[in-house]
Amino acid sequence: MILKDFRCDLHVHTCLSPCSDLDIYPKALVERSIAEGLDVIAVCDHNSSENVSYVMRAAAGKPLVVFPGMEIATSEEVHVLALFDSVEGLLDVQRAVYDALPGENDEDVFGCQPVVNELDEVEFMNPHLLIGATTIPLGEMVERIGGAGGLAIAAHIDRESFSVFGQLGFIPEGIRFDALEVSARTPISDCRRNFAGISGYALIRSSDAHRLGDLGSAYTTIRMKEPSLSELKAALKGEKGRKVVDAFP
Amino acid sequence: MKLEEIAGKLNLRVLCCDEGLSREVRGGFVGDLLSDVMANSREGDLWITRQVHPNIVAVAVMKEHSAILLVQGGIPMEDTLSRARKEGVPILGTEINGFEAAGKIYGLMNP
Repeated sequence: MILKDFRCDLHVHTCLSPCSDLDIYPKALVERSIAEGLDVIAVCDHNSSENVSYVMRAAAGKPLVVFPGMEIATSEEVHVLALFDSVEGLLDVQRAVYDALPGENDEDVFGCQPVVNELDEVEFMNPHLLIGATTIPLGEMVERIGGAGGLAIAAHIDRESFSVFGQLGFIPEGIRFDALEVSARTPISDCRRNFAGISGYALIRSSDAHRLGDLGSAYTTIRMKEPSLSELKAALKGEKGRKVVDAFP
Repeated sequence: MKLEEIAGKLNLRVLCCDEGLSREVRGGFVGDLLSDVMANSREGDLWITRQVHPNIVAVAVMKEHSAILLVQGGIPMEDTLSRARKEGVPILGTEINGFEAAGKIYGLMNP
């Protein structure tokens, strides 16, 4: 069995996120990701996955694997990345998120939330207050993601706002993430030193791109047989030769 | 000032550990970012917050707060209450928001 190293950016946004640039629509995201030498991206818009299938269609036949995902805000305002291997797996989580997400978006204040297809056409404007937080607590959310067959990754743990350490001080007892994400601004070694209780976790880096220019600014090289969710899971656990090889920067 | 006096004057609900009402409140701290509370609050503080997660109990124990006050009708998670009972951390509740609560408590403590 041959293992290969894949360059993965497991946290990118599309124009659907209200805080994103409009030019990071599905086709542009795919093209720029390939140009930046990425092999795998995970599309994680705030509390919504409605652009995921269009990004997957835009990437069909191209040398880029797209994981369906979402960046979910829990009731504590902790951001969690939920990654799945199919859009179907994500649907259960999406339903729960929409049911627990109060408010309507105000475009003038937060930005617009276009759902854009692979032909660059706007399908509709997502009406939910995607910038907001759900009423679902972190523990329940992590369990729900795992129960639906997904991976739960704590987003940008080094940021003061919207991170598990920022909001909750430390990783709560009984919660087990599949990995922890560090933003590009903090060296991994500093994270290992500064945060308690993370020694057993794989640390990954992602761009958290909200504009095309962010793509390629951070990624994680992951050794797997193929870029599938089960292989990714094995790599995050360091099983059978699969592993997180390196993180850039 | 005793916690009991503040609770009485502001009509706070005691959600757990009423045996802790005799505690002395030396100051206050308002914060929902637990990392910030851990870094900047002090021993004896009455901690005013909207967070209801069980981790608030651990932070209050670590920082030796006199009590936690949940504002805007915040309902503690079940695990939060059981941990607070176990650790003996009084949790109080009020419908008013953090601004009003902090202002009123500050006024009581600094007449």
